[in-house]
Amino acid sequence: MDHLDYMDYQFKEWDGFERATWCREVNVRSFIQHNYTPYDGNEDFLEGPTQNTLDLWDQVCALTKEEIAKGGVLDMDTEIISTITSHGPGYLNKDKEQIVGLQTDKPFKRAFMPYGGIRMAEKACKDHGYTIDPRMSEFFTVHRKTHNAGVFDAYTPEMRACRSSHIITGLPDAYGRGRIIGDYRRVALYGVDCLIEDKLEQKEQTRSAMYSKVIQQREELSEQIRALGQLKEMAASYGFDIGRPAGNVKEAIQWLYFGYLGAIKEQNGAAMSLGRTSTFLDIYAERDLRRGLFTEQKIQEMVDHFIMKLRMVKFARTPEYNQLFSGDPQWVTESIGGVAIDGRHLVTKMSYRYLHTLANLGPSPEPNLTVLWSVNLPMNFKRYCAKMSIESSSIQYENDDMMRFTHGDDYGIACCVSSMRIGLEMQFFGARANLAKCLLYAINGGVDEISHKQVGPKFTPITSEVLDYDEVMEKFDAMMRWLAEVYVNTLNVIHYMHDKYCYEKLQMALHDKNVTRWFATGIAGLSVVADSLSAIKYARVKVIRDETGLAVDYQVEGDFPKYGNDDDRVDNIARGIVHRFMEHVRKNHTYRDSIPTTSILTITSNVVYGRATGSTPDGRKKGEPFAPGANPMHRRDSHGAVASLASVAKLPFKDAKDGISNTFSIIPGALGKEDQIFVGDIDVDIDCGLGGCNAPTLFEGLDADDDLE
Amino acid sequence: MDGYIHSVESFGTVDGPGLRFVIFCQGCPMRCQYCHNPDSWDTGKGTRMSPQALMAQYERNRAFYGSGGLTVTGGEPLLQIDFLLELFALAKEKHIHTCIDTSGATYREGKSAYNDKLDALMTLTDLVMLDIKHIDAPAHKKLTGMDNRGILAFARYLEEKNVPVWIRHVVVPGVTDDEQALLRLGRFIGGLRSVKALDVLPYHTMGAAKYDRLGIPYPLAGVPPMSREGAERARAIILRGLKEERCRRRADKQA
Repeated sequence: MDHLDYMDYQFKEWDGFERATWCREVNVRSFIQHNYTPYDGNEDFLEGPTQNTLDLWDQVCALTKEEIAKGGVLDMDTEIISTITSHGPGYLNKDKEQIVGLQTDKPFKRAFMPYGGIRMAEKACKDHGYTIDPRMSEFFTVHRKTHNAGVFDAYTPEMRACRSSHIITGLPDAYGRGRIIGDYRRVALYGVDCLIEDKLEQKEQTRSAMYSKVIQQREELSEQIRALGQLKEMAASYGFDIGRPAGNVKEAIQWLYFGYLGAIKEQNGAAMSLGRTSTFLDIYAERDLRRGLFTEQKIQEMVDHFIMKLRMVKFARTPEYNQLFSGDPQWVTESIGGVAIDGRHLVTKMSYRYLHTLANLGPSPEPNLTVLWSVNLPMNFKRYCAKMSIESSSIQYENDDMMRFTHGDDYGIACCVSSMRIGLEMQFFGARANLAKCLLYAINGGVDEISHKQVGPKFTPITSEVLDYDEVMEKFDAMMRWLAEVYVNTLNVIHYMHDKYCYEKLQMALHDKNVTRWFATGIAGLSVVADSLSAIKYARVKVIRDETGLAVDYQVEGDFPKYGNDDDRVDNIARGIVHRFMEHVRKNHTYRDSIPTTSILTITSNVVYGRATGSTPDGRKKGEPFAPGANPMHRRDSHGAVASLASVAKLPFKDAKDGISNTFSIIPGALGKEDQIFVGDIDVDIDCGLGGCNAPTLFEGLDADDDLE
Repeated sequence: MDGYIHSVESFGTVDGPGLRFVIFCQGCPMRCQYCHNPDSWDTGKGTRMSPQALMAQYERNRAFYGSGGLTVTGGEPLLQIDFLLELFALAKEKHIHTCIDTSGATYREGKSAYNDKLDALMTLTDLVMLDIKHIDAPAHKKLTGMDNRGILAFARYLEEKNVPVWIRHVVVPGVTDDEQALLRLGRFIGGLRSVKALDVLPYHTMGAAKYDRLGIPYPLAGVPPMSREGAERARAIILRGLKEERCRRRADKQA
């Protein structure tokens, strides 16, 4: 970002901070690196919840109960179109809240957000017993086009056929794509006035030749500037001037939250993640502790109230959507910890304070607290994470040592695994292609095994009684090539229209001008395909055809290596599929020069995908669920968790940079002995009351001393 | 020499310290009434695997086993002592922590070729988990089909060889939870300096389904699982016996 080089900002709010590049350009990473204090200590400094926190949380719990009793939705807007400034201020209890701001004027009231698609917005209301103001339906059908309408104007018949046969599925063509993380920290560090000035400068510096890229960029920058103005206005309605930088930790949290709040007032995205904010905020907390401005208890209270707000994020969604994503997830993901590229770890006291909300407020899936795990995290923090995981089952872990190479040390996770540099990179979310169905198309010459329609290209089907590995592989590869092409082109349409009709103006206002865009595809059914190909190669797979000659079932004779047992024979097949598919994806043009990547991360939609897919050559029957993400198929991993994880770990990250997920649950007992019954292995002296005998004896345990006294 | 392997578990958390690669050996001379792995009884079955192949599996995921190591269990691993000797020799070359989970049922006192091998194996073994099923000979015979003299002798043998030992004891309601027997067990352990830990396992009924599948009548049909409290009580009694014995010995020594 060289456009600000001539500037040198000075704000009194920055007193006490070490000045560096971040004072001359919008660069939060520089601020963090020059000012943060790594914390190696343990959790003993943490404070419990205040009475205000407990009161507010009781209120939220009561509302949650009420919401569940009402069938999942407490209240919905049906006529106010949600924008950054559409609603006046809303509170839980103004006197007790340290951090304020609600999506609408009332807690738990879901906003009306039609820009992704009016039908989805109507249905979300209707399914919960609400009716959209008919004028709104008319307006968004006749006068103002939505993303969804735009997409269907451009879809080809082939794309529509792929969509309805579920070989491409979960596409963000009727709802907000999400997966974009605004750098909400910028609001706190620079204040909105400075950010607007920066954006005006960016607009000034676009090329003067007006071809479509430049026109689009200028229009978007104008939208961004307007959104920042609205953000300032919204904050003012709560009584805050966020035009200037935040002056203390309370303001920093509040400013940052306003940034995020503006984004979720404007967008109902499939994942509205927060970023990587804890260590940033810790710099303010440390300064205030030094100055004696706030106590630890006060700071924890602010954090508790902030996290409480994040737990209250809600969107109007349909039951089908919730089925696809399993539950009503918001993916308010916050990335914690990790290691800086200079080798210092990025754990601060604020990292502890965030995780400590799981104790102060109790466990919760949201916000999705994600620890960026590195072997170089301090041992105290590792222990604390383990302890909080055991207590709350609410922490997600991701491999910082792997992602740091690609994204540096100021990236965050969007949704569950999508990594991107905060404010520098964004993603075009692309759901996934069903590779298991693709394999069946290869066998059936492009005919869908359930609808019997010709969906894929009319290749020669396989007619042999027993499947031949080489023949299947050749046809599968050709079919993957076709699928990758139609899939990427479908996504090109979707993201073009999303930018046009449902542009994330505030989130993008909190990005640099020239962002790197990841073009995220996805794979479903990987383990089904790997096992199917392994069965074809190492066992005998007989095809069962119906009266029309269509392969509808398979009979497997003999055993075969199964993915999930650390067996290279099949794991290499899985690895190869991911690589081949990505090679095919890369052959295609991607919208806005985005960089293609893929993910293997169907967390729960594996059930939905499985339902739409016929029997497969691995012995899986029609309609049976796939394994989630990159998981081995259910009960086919017979060598324990390490072998299962080892198979997953062989998948190439360089091809699946958008993430590889393995869903793993374990009962506490399987993680080791219950310490009350087990007496461990440490020498300790036992005083047996005879005086003077101090020969080391043998036992120790949590309460072994008591037992032996 | 190849081993006859029932199965392997790459994520063992209860068979020794840390996270462990656990090899279940096929074949067992005992027929414990509460055995939850009756499919591991018969010898001559199982998958033949070389020590090298098993070590290769371990090595591939070595990063996971940092604070753990390798455990052989079964079945009865000491039935395949030649295999164990080769396996543990390979493991020790790589500085891997080795553990044998055994009933001690193969041990007989005195000079024998087998015991020579055992001596050699003990030099390669970091930990023995010795499962003492019952301290009293007749009850032991009834419970396992075998005498326990060799087993108790094996415990003393381990003491002599200075091999760290964890004692395991399964508490079954009405079968192995008699207070006096538990006390005697505690006193016996109290006499062994090499014993580093006691692992009291509450009996569970999850093995019953396997008997059904194998068409074997379940000997403990109708016996309820042991409660956590019951297991804790049993542990306390064993520890009481242990302490008595310890203190008695100290008093003797001082006198």
